[in-house]
Amino acid sequence: MFDIPLNLILGQMVLGVVNGVFYAILSLGLAIIFGLLGVINFAHGVFFMLGAYCAYMLLNLLGLGYWEALILSPLIVGALGIFVEIFLIRFLYKLDHLYGLLLTMGLALLAEGLVRILFGPQGIPYSIPESLRGAYNLGFMFLPVYRAWVVVAGVILCLATWLIIERTPLGAKLRAATDNPQLVQAFGINVPIMLTLTYAAGVALAAFGGVMAAPIISVDPSMGTTIVIVVFAVVVIGGMGSILGSIVTGLGLGVLEGFTKAVFPEAASTVIFVAMAIVLVARPRGLFGKMA
Amino acid sequence: MTTLDSASETKDLHVTKEPYQILGFTRARLVFFLLFVAVVAIGPMVLYPIFLMKVYTFIIFACAYNLLLGFTGLMSFGHAAFFGMGAYLCGWTAVNLGLPPSLALLAGTAMGAVLGAIFGWVAIRRTGLYFAMITLALSQMVFFICLRTPFTGGEDGIQGVPRGDLFGFIPLGSDTVLYWTIAVITLLVVVLFNRIIHSPFGQVLRAIRNNPVRAQSLGYNVDRFKLISFIISAGLAGFAGSLKTIVFGIATLTDVSLVPSTEVVLINLVGGIGTIFGPVVGSFIILSIEHFLAPYGPYIFVFQGVVFMFFVLIFRQGLVGELQKLLKKHL
Repeated sequence: MFDIPLNLILGQMVLGVVNGVFYAILSLGLAIIFGLLGVINFAHGVFFMLGAYCAYMLLNLLGLGYWEALILSPLIVGALGIFVEIFLIRFLYKLDHLYGLLLTMGLALLAEGLVRILFGPQGIPYSIPESLRGAYNLGFMFLPVYRAWVVVAGVILCLATWLIIERTPLGAKLRAATDNPQLVQAFGINVPIMLTLTYAAGVALAAFGGVMAAPIISVDPSMGTTIVIVVFAVVVIGGMGSILGSIVTGLGLGVLEGFTKAVFPEAASTVIFVAMAIVLVARPRGLFGKMA
Repeated sequence: MTTLDSASETKDLHVTKEPYQILGFTRARLVFFLLFVAVVAIGPMVLYPIFLMKVYTFIIFACAYNLLLGFTGLMSFGHAAFFGMGAYLCGWTAVNLGLPPSLALLAGTAMGAVLGAIFGWVAIRRTGLYFAMITLALSQMVFFICLRTPFTGGEDGIQGVPRGDLFGFIPLGSDTVLYWTIAVITLLVVVLFNRIIHSPFGQVLRAIRNNPVRAQSLGYNVDRFKLISFIISAGLAGFAGSLKTIVFGIATLTDVSLVPSTEVVLINLVGGIGTIFGPVVGSFIILSIEHFLAPYGPYIFVFQGVVFMFFVLIFRQGLVGELQKLLKKHL
């Protein structure tokens, strides 16, 4: 492995951060939804995919470009999330958490099937917006401007989410409701609406990630399920107890994946799962997790 | 930790000692079993035998899964790894080493059990949702490894697996002989499954499902029982995958993908998690509908999704579970 040029390794690691941003955004949403609703949202990846398809439709049906899609697509998918929470997920809160996983898995199958019927199984093209083309010369590599934008925007988004949850009155209510919903309800806070909006915000976050990913990864019906399984491993590694932990774990694993791509490409698609197994054996509750 | 409110006995463990048991079945279950025997006997006159054999292999697969989910309270999302690797190893040994079917089946079963031991050793450190996510991630890893290594034949899979002669004198090459062999094996697996559930070992598993902390305090090594249950389940899943390879003569990437994992959960959900005959009923229903939907491609996903949501929201006990509530008998 020592005859691999350092430039290549560094370059792949920088590109790995881009993937890490998507892992961070998705695991963040997954952790927030799980914390409050007690549901592992298997459909999270599907909402990520729907974000990308939504951007594609906005472009081809209404002629709205990337920047409009970046705002509208999360709103549309978030609205869909409200609908899903009110008509489906709401009925499962009193049951075992595993039923939530089964229901959202059904939802994922349904959505993926419908997308396949409407758009076909092949990938669809989505181009990088005019203003973000070109590349920066970092000395050891050429970093495309668009990928740099994804990293910056993604990290800002994650930190903003963290700030809202940890430092605002709204976040305080959210954390309180995660700890003890009955008590928070007794204080006169409308917990059911909070649950609905939390689910919507989580899936909107996933859709935002989907729009950002659309120009650089292949947009096809199975992209959501593929990424959500990796994100599950990320969540197991990080533990779902800490918001900042999810962000750090997501980014870190993206870098690890990039590093493996340079050093031992055959293992790039499995390295995160191997890391998960090692963490489970060494520290079963995850790097930042509370025991559950 | 809470457990799935599965449809099996939670309050009345004493019912297992009925006076006249045949093959270990209570009377109500015996009726069900004889019905199944009748279906097996009449089946090939009405339906395509290859399709029925596919259903039977999935019944074995689903029984393996139900032992874990319904009777130990562990939800695995990674059973395709055992099913698929069993299928691969059975096919590979039969083609490349020229093993007879009995030894190839044994190899596939052992593959499932060994892989199950590894998965179980890692995953049992967590419970509930984490357990589901970990098994799913591990099986995805197995899928990627299968995609990359030459042993699986990549996208082509392992083709042209010979059926051979079972034990040297049962010629599986004939569809009729193969049908009856697999039918008898499946019936035996259902009998064995019922026996395991009602053995002292099975009672401990159910105690763990209902209340792991209490089982621990009674002196049972909970993690060891979970691991043993996981290995049995994985081995049986590997056996089901191996049988599938013998029937179709092919092992492919689909066998280790998310598809069989999803199907086996769906079969149990529809049939009834934690019932003896849920896997049987579920396999017949799900595979029949999928058989008719097969020409329409992605509509299968839509169908599976809708069935998942419908049964989770309205019929959590599954069909057999609802029936036993109606008859007030355990099935």
